[in-house]
Amino acid sequence: MGWLDVFRSEKKGSAQTAKERLQVVVAHRRSGSGGNQPAYFPQLQQDLLAVLRKYIEVGDDAVQMDIEREGDLEVLELNITLPESRH
Amino acid sequence: MAKIIVVTSGKGGVGKTTTSASFAAGLALRGHKTVVIDFDVGLRNLDLIMGCERRVVFDFVNVINGEANLKQALIRDKRIENLYILAASQTRDKDALTKEGVGRALDKLSEDFDYIICDSPAGIETGAIMAMYFADEALIVTNPEVSSVRDSDRVLGMLSSKTKRAQEGDEPVKEHLVVTRYAASRVGKGEMLSLDDISDILAIPLLGVVPESETVLNSSNAGQPVVLENEADAGGAYKDMVSRFLGEERPMRYTQAKKGFFDRLMGR
Repeated sequence: MGWLDVFRSEKKGSAQTAKERLQVVVAHRRSGSGGNQPAYFPQLQQDLLAVLRKYIEVGDDAVQMDIEREGDLEVLELNITLPESRH
Repeated sequence: MAKIIVVTSGKGGVGKTTTSASFAAGLALRGHKTVVIDFDVGLRNLDLIMGCERRVVFDFVNVINGEANLKQALIRDKRIENLYILAASQTRDKDALTKEGVGRALDKLSEDFDYIICDSPAGIETGAIMAMYFADEALIVTNPEVSSVRDSDRVLGMLSSKTKRAQEGDEPVKEHLVVTRYAASRVGKGEMLSLDDISDILAIPLLGVVPESETVLNSSNAGQPVVLENEADAGGAYKDMVSRFLGEERPMRYTQAKKGFFDRLMGR
């Protein structure tokens, strides 16, 4: 790393944006290729959190998701942990 | 038995024909008897890129319709031994290609050739499906750009569902990523998707990377496959690609930005 790097801004490159956008739109293929969790998971998780927060206060880890495959059948398992009630 | 390889991408203008021409020429240069077929019926261009446009008498559709035999339609390359071209028809519509007709022609070619390269038209219509249907392997030509990557993803989906191998439950079509028009300096600046990004997103192995280069236009102007150019950039990239395809180890070149005097001074 050169000394001039100090003056360079830490701006996020447009390539990073491109990658993130693509990871959402090509999700169907990666989910079909087995193994890892589908690429749309992070986005779905964020969206679900946003909806929940319209009604209740929840932490960032309130939504847990998992996908299971049995033959042709795919099961999306969704767990939402509600905060402990305060009364 | 020939190995059938489709060169495809979904998106137009990413370098399918350039890649088909140079990949076929590269295989022939290595001593393999190779034919490259233009599947872009109605919009033929491979003959121009290969520099044989004035020698086309009969085309692929003539062969399929029985109006000419393969011997009459195959154009022998004048520069490279073992290399043949089968032009697309310029006048007919894309429905001229049928699975039965294409299958028969490929079977016949298969007796004589080591490799059959199918240059796919853009899009996901009949022509593109015909080009990939009988393939054993596929080169997915992709530019480091969002629309090209998404279209490649679509095409990968088709390779795993619409091909003969997929439909008959055989071993799937072997997929290879070919990244073209790559500008390492822009990747370095975070302005362009990197090779890792692309092969990550598409989840297929990288066969080769062709740098953005002036040589490509100069070669197509002259009707000369770019692989015939000297070792420099695009020509060398296609030679490497063919070697890797044949199972040889070649380090990826042209993936690092050239360092200028200033960069070195600044210790970048």
